[in-house]
Amino acid sequence: METTETPTSGPAKPESSILTEETGEHVYTASQWQLMWWQFRKHKAAMIAVVVLGVMYFLALMAEPFAVYGPTQRFPRLESTAPTRIRFFDETGQFRGPFIYGLERSIDPETIRVTFVEDMSKIYPIRFFAEGTPYKLLGLFPMNLRLVGTDPDGPPIFLFGSDRLGRDLYSRTLYGSRISLFIGFGGVFLTFFFGITLGGIAGYLGGTVDEVIMRIIDFMVSIPQIPLWMGLAAAVPRDWPVIRTYFAITIILSIVGWGGLARAVRGKLLSLREEDYVMAARVYGARPRRLIFKYLLPNFMSYLLVSVTISIPFMILGETALSFLGLGIQPPAVSWGTLLRDAQQLTVVAQRPWQMIPGAFVVVAVLMFNFIGDGLRDAADPYARI
Amino acid sequence: MISFIARRLVIMIPLLALLSIVSFTIIQLPPGDYLTTYIQQLEAGGQVVDEAEITRLRAQYGLDQSVYVQYLKWMGGIFRGDFGRSFHWQAPVMDVIMDRLPVTLILSFSSLVVVYVVAVPIAILSAVYQYSVFDYFATLFGFIGLAAPDFLLALVISWLFYLLTGAMVTSLFSLPFRDAPWSLAKFVDMISNVWLPIIIIGMAGTAGLMRTLRATLLDELGRAYVTTARAKGLSESRLLLKYPVRIALNPIFSTIGWLLPALINGGVLVGIVLNLQIIGPALMQATLSQDMYLAGSIILILSVLTVVGTLISDILLAWLDPRIRYGEAN
Repeated sequence: METTETPTSGPAKPESSILTEETGEHVYTASQWQLMWWQFRKHKAAMIAVVVLGVMYFLALMAEPFAVYGPTQRFPRLESTAPTRIRFFDETGQFRGPFIYGLERSIDPETIRVTFVEDMSKIYPIRFFAEGTPYKLLGLFPMNLRLVGTDPDGPPIFLFGSDRLGRDLYSRTLYGSRISLFIGFGGVFLTFFFGITLGGIAGYLGGTVDEVIMRIIDFMVSIPQIPLWMGLAAAVPRDWPVIRTYFAITIILSIVGWGGLARAVRGKLLSLREEDYVMAARVYGARPRRLIFKYLLPNFMSYLLVSVTISIPFMILGETALSFLGLGIQPPAVSWGTLLRDAQQLTVVAQRPWQMIPGAFVVVAVLMFNFIGDGLRDAADPYARI
Repeated sequence: MISFIARRLVIMIPLLALLSIVSFTIIQLPPGDYLTTYIQQLEAGGQVVDEAEITRLRAQYGLDQSVYVQYLKWMGGIFRGDFGRSFHWQAPVMDVIMDRLPVTLILSFSSLVVVYVVAVPIAILSAVYQYSVFDYFATLFGFIGLAAPDFLLALVISWLFYLLTGAMVTSLFSLPFRDAPWSLAKFVDMISNVWLPIIIIGMAGTAGLMRTLRATLLDELGRAYVTTARAKGLSESRLLLKYPVRIALNPIFSTIGWLLPALINGGVLVGIVLNLQIIGPALMQATLSQDMYLAGSIILILSVLTVVGTLISDILLAWLDPRIRYGEAN
């Protein structure tokens, strides 16, 4: 956390980092990317975040073997059960390895509420690399191996409990991470494309073009964001296939973001244009294209990288919010937002608090992206501190 | 300064006209209109809808006219102070909005106060005592506040509140007051229920403000003028409040205009989760059911507030920061 909030524009802090630790000549000859990496490496929170997000994305891609059941597999008569307790010792206190008890379903005669009691008469061991329902790994290789599971005759194991239709929340959270974690990328790409192109044109050409583009951005920014999202998302037909809805939501999410990026790119270009080294390049005859790609762009590439990293969590939060309202991804497709939709009412949450668990995944993912963004922001301008 | 404001005001006029068109278009985007949604609901309920009845309703609401005629009529009405009728509430749009405005404003203003009262001192302390235990806690709180969607915070906090007290926050008003007209008793009742939503809505804002403020303060604290002031013997607290804090507050003023629309718009999701009778959820419902004059009017009001708010913060910034003022003059 040491470098979380170091100044990016302030005066140089003399004692700072790269020179003191990475002593020797190679600092002076290292490329900018190398300097950035050295600096980034020192940001512990960011390094941890890289690992955590790596695991999350890996699990998202490889959801099937790590999930216990399929995303829509239902267990009738086991609706709304609390997370299954995994035990190691039986009633007599003897160690039996990880196992679970079956559930006995009963209805309270007074409140007519369904309750579940553990049936201690028989233990069901948890099997690792158990055979479960068949699936295709990465959509290609047919398999039926699941990391954990119970014997075919045993009761199901619900690590995060089950929802009101008797589906395993843990498995659904894993499958849901696919849409939720990857929604950012498409959106970021579009935001980027519009942001850089329009901001770049405005900043490089200046004058009337600049004025027009900036006014358009002013206008876009004045449209209130949430109604715009809601209006646009409501316009997406409910019966579209998942993939198409997914892209529509991506586009909607990126419509809001590009204005800010374009403004920033323009600002950077405007100030860089006046730098001595650009003037020097111009004086000895560099053409505009060389000027832009060789001298200007690399200068704020790192800045762009940072802004991508911090815009991904906004996309994740946006998808979650829209799906939570029922405007985003539609069931039967699962995302963290659609899963949280089951927890919309406080009365429901009071009965089934485990339905909030997908929310924890949202928080962790967003938090990790913020950490990486912080680390990158510090690393982005390695010369600032020398 | 005056010419600066005048120029901005002139730009505002076409901007507002465009915004009104966009507001109206956003509502028209989903296929169908309020009546088709309404008829679907009736048919889903097993009722038979008469064709003649539909035509009559369509004519009554003016839905049989082309979109731009509807728009022009709506705009014409607005200049006379008539924002149209809400289909869903069967009442003038203004009545629906006014009905919710007091609660919305009370909620937004008080959560704003919470945001500033909490965020500013914490940010100053954690910047001055950087890397202290306090700073780490504040940072942790800030990160979580930023990372958690506000509706999730609302759920978790009110769930914890339920676990601790057994009471559920499901409305701003206790049962006897829910449909009662405004009275002192109703107001008192609301005050006793409103503090939890205020904390929840304020929390996300607090986290964001705290992070920005701390970052700018840290930036400023390292500058030479701080050392100079210290060398000249200025007391630590005066030095801090007079210079770095003043500069660090700049970004707050540049975004203060954004608070204006947020006053109306704030807590849409929190409002839905906690079932609050504020404007945000009504807007959401109106957008979904294509109650177009209600939704269009709220969006238009929000847009106007955004534009006016931006103007206010630009003026405030120019007034506070001579560098911006003179930069603009040149």
